[in-house]
Amino acid sequence: MGEVAESPKINHTFLRDYVTEADVISTVEFNQTGDLLATGDKGGRVVIFQRESESKGELEETGENVDSGEYNVYSTFQSHEPDFDYLKSLEIEEKINKIRWLPQQNAAHFLLSTNDKTIKLWKVSERDKRPEGYNLKDEEGRLKDISTITSLQVPVLKPTDLMVEVRPRRVFANGHTYHVNSISVNSDGETYLSADDLRINMWHLGITDRSFNIVDIKPTNMEDLTEVITAAEFHPHHCHLFVYSSSKGTLRLCDMRASALCDKHTKLFEEPEDPGNRSFFSEIISSVSDVKFSHNGRYLLTRDYLTAKVWDLNMEKGPVETYQVHEYLRSKLCSLYENDCIFDKFECVWNSSDSVIMTGAYNSFFRMFDRETGRGVTLEAWRESSKPRAVLRTRRVYTGGKRRRGDVGVDSLDFTKKILHMAWHPSENIIAIAATNNLYIFQDRVNPDTQTQ
Amino acid sequence: MFPKGTKRKFSDPVEEPASSGDQGPAAPPAAARTLSSSYSLQRQSLLDMSLIKLQLCHMLVEPNLCRSVLIANTVRQIQEEMTQDGTWQIMTQALAAAQCPADRLVATEVLCRQTETGAQPGQSPKPFPVVGLEEGYHSEEVVMEGEVETEVTMSPQLSTNSYLAGPFGMGPCWDEEDDDGDCEEEEEEEEDSEECMSEGDDADRDHLSADSRTGDQVFGTFEIKHPAPPPDPALEELFSDVDPSYYDLDTVLTGMQSTPKMGPYDLLESLSSHTPTALSSSSSCRSDLNELDHIMEIIVGS
Repeated sequence: MGEVAESPKINHTFLRDYVTEADVISTVEFNQTGDLLATGDKGGRVVIFQRESESKGELEETGENVDSGEYNVYSTFQSHEPDFDYLKSLEIEEKINKIRWLPQQNAAHFLLSTNDKTIKLWKVSERDKRPEGYNLKDEEGRLKDISTITSLQVPVLKPTDLMVEVRPRRVFANGHTYHVNSISVNSDGETYLSADDLRINMWHLGITDRSFNIVDIKPTNMEDLTEVITAAEFHPHHCHLFVYSSSKGTLRLCDMRASALCDKHTKLFEEPEDPGNRSFFSEIISSVSDVKFSHNGRYLLTRDYLTAKVWDLNMEKGPVETYQVHEYLRSKLCSLYENDCIFDKFECVWNSSDSVIMTGAYNSFFRMFDRETGRGVTLEAWRESSKPRAVLRTRRVYTGGKRRRGDVGVDSLDFTKKILHMAWHPSENIIAIAATNNLYIFQDRVNPDTQTQ
Repeated sequence: MFPKGTKRKFSDPVEEPASSGDQGPAAPPAAARTLSSSYSLQRQSLLDMSLIKLQLCHMLVEPNLCRSVLIANTVRQIQEEMTQDGTWQIMTQALAAAQCPADRLVATEVLCRQTETGAQPGQSPKPFPVVGLEEGYHSEEVVMEGEVETEVTMSPQLSTNSYLAGPFGMGPCWDEEDDDGDCEEEEEEEEDSEECMSEGDDADRDHLSADSRTGDQVFGTFEIKHPAPPPDPALEELFSDVDPSYYDLDTVLTGMQSTPKMGPYDLLESLSSHTPTALSSSSSCRSDLNELDHIMEIIVGS
């Protein structure tokens, strides 16, 4: 893998390892073309990066140094503010839980961003021209004295510096009692779903005062609550299908044509428990933290605490592939339970051809698995061990056998450096990794375009 | 069990008994007698840990429901297993026998109620230095030996550092906002247990006869009470500005759900009778913490 481009955040050189809580990145998402990359953070801000246009073809032919597609800051805006629930006397965090882009329909870009309670639709548009030559107003916009006007002129559009405007277009509020963990735009381009711990709602992008509840797993008696919804996503092609995952490690595929309330699943994906590995932590580590449809819509990718699994939509009895992300943590579960790390929610992503899956781990490590060969590789997103444009070298966690130079012992892992959020470019081998308050963008120079294998 | 003065290293044998596992539903009550002491010790530690986690949902922001549900399920699982192998009854009898006058966490109370028996007189644990105990918690082992009588031994208090055997190189990762509350809460627990140790010398072992109680009754008698004011004057001074009612369960419940109750928390139910002043003082404490956050923000200059 190739170069590293880093987004500069607040300079804390005087406080070496101190990270401003508000700068911690909480979500990363490419748009459908990959030209735009949005990040949300705990302080409720959204930063959008834009890829620099590739140099023209003739420059490449002449062998000149091309500046190929780095991502630079395009726009920054405050999406959500801290709020207060007066009824419960509790704060509502402004942390951005998820961002999803809408498919582009005109010159403007639209994205949905959500915190725990409220989803907002933002319009991102460019302005690079402005009208000049008004009759009644002067250059600064002040009204002219009428007596000084002697002739009529037609205002002309003149180019100006590029200005990016971001405006809120819709606010979808009061739809959720519990914390929103997922949003997903439907392939119909008109609706989207939002999921909290116990309910899933479907909204129309144009209507903010109504939503349809499509899943409700809240028990009548809250004392009977044993399972919550952890993630949900629409099928990439079939607008009537969506999937949601639970804290008990199950996946449910629902068909909205079956009934208005999809409490009864169409398919239930569950792997039977391995009796040999049973412990008090079995349920906790089976909780699915993220679920993603493959681009071709035939597979599901899920992440639980120790593994990433690929499921075939046609086979409910178990995953077709299981990848060990950090099996060496299995003997440390009690400690990880004590320090709450066992509740960390890692995301997982597909590459554009669905041949590689990627997910995060601790110590700034992240893992990639090649589905063809089944082999996994460990990489590191850490500034001090990689320079820009340097080739990323693979890392290894030492778990026995011959110890190689550069291996990291399990006991030396830094559990405060977790890679939870990441995104893969929709068509190229470019990945964006969020490491606490830093964003790393890696590009594959050897194979920049994904080839179907 | 452990030679005097040896600090017990934490290992994670919770997984091990599972493989030898005949602690399933089919295990007869007599299996409790052969229960590996380290397994039941670990299980008890896990139960304590889980109860603490359930209580210490911090109150500025609504706690994570998924995490709460998973912890509650773990508690339920432990309780079921302990009921099946009879250990639960011992704990509840200890609770019934307990006449601890001061308010404290019942989990704490149960655990420190019984001190070590006359078997190894030299074994009474020495108080650990306060500094090292910031986020530690104690554990107790309940072992059934012999036909009728039960023998209870007290294991040394563990600090977090020794608990993790230093490998992770850091303390537990509570949320930032939790830090103050959690440290102090568990500090107070440490003090509770120390206090109990001296009181418990008079504990009546005869009360631990094999009585029969259903799991429901048992679970229902658990109460979470106020943490006791620490007897150590130095600590007292340290925590003089902490409002113990902040950790009151009413505040926990209010925060956790829009509905006042949340199961499986029969454990937590009986609190409602407890402190009438809880809510008002907790909300003022909350606003204090809000102010504190605000001040911190100004200092940090964000």
